[in-house]
Amino acid sequence: MKVAVWKFASCDGCQLMLLDCERELLTLGEVVEFAHFPEASSARVEGPYDLSIVEGSITTAHDAEQIQRVRRESRFLVAIGACATAGGIQALRNFRDVQGFLEAVYAEPAYIDTLAASAPISEHVSVDLELRGCPIAREPLLETIRAALRGCLPRLATDSVCMECKRRGTVCVMVAHGTPCLGPVTHVGCGALCPSVGRGCYGCFGPKETVNVAALEGHLEAAPEAIRRLFLNFNAGAPAFAQAARDEAKHRG
Amino acid sequence: MKRSIEVDLLSRVEGTGALTIRGQAGHVEEVTLRIMEPPRFFEALLQGRGWEEAPDITARICGLCPVAYQMSACHAMEALAGVEIPAAIAALRRLLYCGEWIASHCAHMFLLHLPDFLGYPDLIAMAREHGELARRGLRMKQIGNAMMRAIGGREVHPVNVRLGGFYRAPEREAVQAMVPDLEWGLQAAQETVEDFARLEYQDMERDYEFVSLREPERYPILGGRIVSSGGLDCAVYEFEDRFEERQVPYSTALHSVLRGRGHYLCGPLARINLNFDRLGPAALEVATRAGFTVPCTNPFRALLARAIEVVQAFDEAVALVRDYVPPEPAHVPMEPRQGRGCGATEAPRGLLYHRYDVAANGLIEEARIVPPTSQNQGSMEDDLRVLAPRLLEMDDEAARRQAEWAIRNHDPCISCATHFLDLRIERA
Repeated sequence: MKVAVWKFASCDGCQLMLLDCERELLTLGEVVEFAHFPEASSARVEGPYDLSIVEGSITTAHDAEQIQRVRRESRFLVAIGACATAGGIQALRNFRDVQGFLEAVYAEPAYIDTLAASAPISEHVSVDLELRGCPIAREPLLETIRAALRGCLPRLATDSVCMECKRRGTVCVMVAHGTPCLGPVTHVGCGALCPSVGRGCYGCFGPKETVNVAALEGHLEAAPEAIRRLFLNFNAGAPAFAQAARDEAKHRG
Repeated sequence: MKRSIEVDLLSRVEGTGALTIRGQAGHVEEVTLRIMEPPRFFEALLQGRGWEEAPDITARICGLCPVAYQMSACHAMEALAGVEIPAAIAALRRLLYCGEWIASHCAHMFLLHLPDFLGYPDLIAMAREHGELARRGLRMKQIGNAMMRAIGGREVHPVNVRLGGFYRAPEREAVQAMVPDLEWGLQAAQETVEDFARLEYQDMERDYEFVSLREPERYPILGGRIVSSGGLDCAVYEFEDRFEERQVPYSTALHSVLRGRGHYLCGPLARINLNFDRLGPAALEVATRAGFTVPCTNPFRALLARAIEVVQAFDEAVALVRDYVPPEPAHVPMEPRQGRGCGATEAPRGLLYHRYDVAANGLIEEARIVPPTSQNQGSMEDDLRVLAPRLLEMDDEAARRQAEWAIRNHDPCISCATHFLDLRIERA
């Protein structure tokens, strides 16, 4: 099986999760061919590829063309991480003026090529599976590769961090301490880490399916501005979280 | 006759960039390292965010060194608030940071750099003939990641770090359970230095100005003063007076220079040259046994510097874990105030500087982040300029391999600096 790993605008952390499979990596290298994985190998084999793993969001005209080519050359295209599935933290630009951003960072903004918005992969091409998270978790990634070896893709859990937290037996930080927590509306997958250290979930895995964010908002004990910022994070580009942020901005009014 | 060699991307580095060397034997016209990573505008999107959000937001700049970003951000905000961090919290931070050094250095040494020395395209191919070495490297890396999980909750973008310390201090038993792995790691790291000392290093000497932090008693990780081999000795808050960031047309990363002096180098080679006397006994002993002495100005030997730092990190980690008592409370409460806070720590790749201007309500008005890779861009280009006459005499394939290797010496994290390298050699 020919596997390709592609990177767009991102921090490298999600593809690093593949290299962080220290126990499995060498075996993996024997059962699949990493035909295009520039971060890990200088060997390169032309497509088509059986599985393309795509990290990062689309933010430049060049990348918008590149992702079309990746789609054409790939049987399965799997988008990994908050950047590829929701636009990432850099999608905060979608709520503001990019020219202003350019001027805040670069003295000569004219040199820089960038699109007005940071978009998830699915906004440009059809995506066969999305792995959520900032960063993604290791096991769903391995499960995806295992399934692809058998010619299919896995069905992954879609419930909330809140459910995961209950299964772990962690005391609810919101009920017990009034700590604002996005667990009830956030996609499962991290292991409910934040509540386990006494912290509210800050939404790394983005909104779960069929979510009622508005119902949670009334229970979050914080100023509207702080709640707005809670939703405007690594998954700010996900429609349910973007809407919640707009609602809070209205409350602030 | 005009010749041009092009490679579509430089591999085994973190991120996207390009490289051009133009000239002919005996005459190098141009060397440019172009970083094409799509800009993500962190400094702009931090404006209007809460000061307490800086560690988690800036962690997302880099999946390989998120702890470095979290720690520099915390230091900056704590300097702003005028808060003193108790020794027990500082010790737990140092242990977490040792985990990141081990994981990041082992990823670079074994997955990215060592294949150049042994002549393989990647670790997987290398492991077929050097199985013991590859497995040892992966296990050391795994232990570094396990340390970050035990303390931070996960290895990429840990969740347990906050301004003033940690959300919850890990249990004593959970931390002490790491002792057997850390002791194994210390020994494995020492063997690795000895193995690496037997590799063949090509000749190249450079006149770098080295820059790193210097702590009063220990090897620099968390804080201290900024020093250089050229006599610079300044406080972290003086960074912007002494260093300057410049934009070049061919790169989305800003280049740093030392004002009035030019390019400089930070990272493991700089740290070990400036702080050899701060190495602990285990690292010092193995460095001596391996014949590593300072000054060391051969960039290819950065591999060895990194390996010695892994020994240092394991050695410190063993001591920190043995002495570990959960800090109580796990963090110091902090109130925002209006003003400016600066912080710098030693990321695996070198000095990482953060500066924040914060309003009285705790919202960030302005942020400045200077990552190690943008500081090293000028010196990486200079290395290629020194190598260029050699490269221009080689065949295309060998020249490309050699140029990529020279870039990897500095473990550039292009995601930090703003994506991958595409190498073009144009021969006039």
